[in-house]
Amino acid sequence: MKIAVCINHVPDSETKAKIGADGLSLDRAGINYMMSPYDEVAVEEALRIRDKFTGEVTALSLGNEKNKETLRKALAMGVDKAILLKDDAERDSHGVAVGLAAALKPLAPDVILFGKQSIDYDNAQVGVLVAEMLGMPSVGVVIKIDMQDGKAVCVREIEGGHETVETRLPSVFLAQKGLNEPRYPSLKGIMAAKNKPIEEQTAAAAERLVETLAMRKPPAKAAGRIVGTDKTAVPELIRLLREEAKVI
Amino acid sequence: MKLLVFAEQRDNVIKKSSCETVRAARNAADALGLECIAVLAGSGVEGIAGALGRYGASRVIVVDDPSLAAHSSTACAKAIASVAAAEGAGLLFLPASQMGKDLAPRVAVKLNAGLASDCIAIRIENRDIIATRPAYGGKVMLDVRITSAVKVFTLRPNVFPAEVDGENAPVQKAEITFGPEDFGAVVTRVDVAVGRPDVTEADIIVSGGRGLKAPEHFALIESLAEVLGAAVGASRAVVDAGWRPHDEQVGQTGKTVSPSLYIACGISGAIQHLAGMSSSKYIVAINKDKNAPILQMADYGIVGDVFEILPELTAQLKQVLGK
Repeated sequence: MKIAVCINHVPDSETKAKIGADGLSLDRAGINYMMSPYDEVAVEEALRIRDKFTGEVTALSLGNEKNKETLRKALAMGVDKAILLKDDAERDSHGVAVGLAAALKPLAPDVILFGKQSIDYDNAQVGVLVAEMLGMPSVGVVIKIDMQDGKAVCVREIEGGHETVETRLPSVFLAQKGLNEPRYPSLKGIMAAKNKPIEEQTAAAAERLVETLAMRKPPAKAAGRIVGTDKTAVPELIRLLREEAKVI
Repeated sequence: MKLLVFAEQRDNVIKKSSCETVRAARNAADALGLECIAVLAGSGVEGIAGALGRYGASRVIVVDDPSLAAHSSTACAKAIASVAAAEGAGLLFLPASQMGKDLAPRVAVKLNAGLASDCIAIRIENRDIIATRPAYGGKVMLDVRITSAVKVFTLRPNVFPAEVDGENAPVQKAEITFGPEDFGAVVTRVDVAVGRPDVTEADIIVSGGRGLKAPEHFALIESLAEVLGAAVGASRAVVDAGWRPHDEQVGQTGKTVSPSLYIACGISGAIQHLAGMSSSKYIVAINKDKNAPILQMADYGIVGDVFEILPELTAQLKQVLGK
């Protein structure tokens, strides 16, 4: 089985957002980066599918030199190959998808995994864009994948419940937390990953279709009032919710 | 040019988030002087289509085919893109529901369109749409503009009002032929919990964190949620600890929510949690630490013990609300 997993290098979720001087992106100074958390789940699932069916896992990441850090982590977790699709410029989702689709096509994977969304821009577009560009079906927000005989029976999250989706391979899967518990790279894995090569390709060119006009912080919410310090505050809280906020 | 808006139905019931999207689409169409057409796909859905007129559709095109009885993202995307092409629609709106998030990128590729996802505000400038969308889990807001000829937008549920104004709309049928190749992924079963709304759609969310001290104490959260008809939410700490399922997690690595009322119980308010719920209309925080960041953004705070306050709040609300 040929498995590909597409991963992204993003600011740590504990990052405090500071808008950069351009007014269009984050001030990158002092930000710690990490593999997007849903992508870790995708890498873990790729490894489990490989170990069950035998085969090879290739991790791909589109971005600049720094994305190698996240590719190294994937190698340390156990993927077989890593490819950096290089572009120093920031791309929109369409641009990322064009780059990934062009690199994935010659690999002809049976299974392509993504995280359900990347926690930087939260567009939740790239996985499905790639699937459509490659003419493949996709299953989003997946929490269970059972594969056999060229088919996959998946469970995915929907509003207030779950949906079972059947798909045929090759297919794209977008991993949600709960699909598995991602492994921590072993010390041996980390050491081995340092010496594994990361293939570099220039990312296929793409037109930008969505432009950012401004980035700003949401309006700060003013601290409200402290209604009390024990259960005697409850009647007043209920009154405020009914009469002032009118939400219950 | 026309505006086409996709309405999602499950079991032949149109979802509330789609009513919101149709109304927002109509408002945008009016501002741009365009016709607002809705498209509905499924099997036996003709009867429910006309009602979309009450949310602003001037006519409704149904793709009604027995093969669409079970939802397939691949077939449904083909239906939407075919109708858009036939109508010459330059703008498309879809709800940013789980179904919409599956469909919109496919439709965008088929129409060579740019896609702005999970928008929370739409405004018109120079006869063009500027959309506002959150990024980094809600820590920042982006204003974006799509530069391609055809433009696709998905709208976050629970943000735009679903005002009813107008009559049922005329319904037309589109004839689209589907083959086996269109059904790459098919839904074979749907399990939806009855009675409890999802955090992304809920009007009220009661959320618990580490301050609950043990998973069994979430019964206090559930009782309060029950009385309010609210969804149950959770902080990352308690989800990571295995106390609560991940689909309840609110925050940057969980769900970003916009309810009318968010009640945070025993949640101190990590940056990534605050980002995910800061767009709630009203926030109540119950926390015994007066320095907890969540109290800085709460409209109403009680600095006290959740184990004392929650049972009292639940009991009194039961009386007040007559439950």
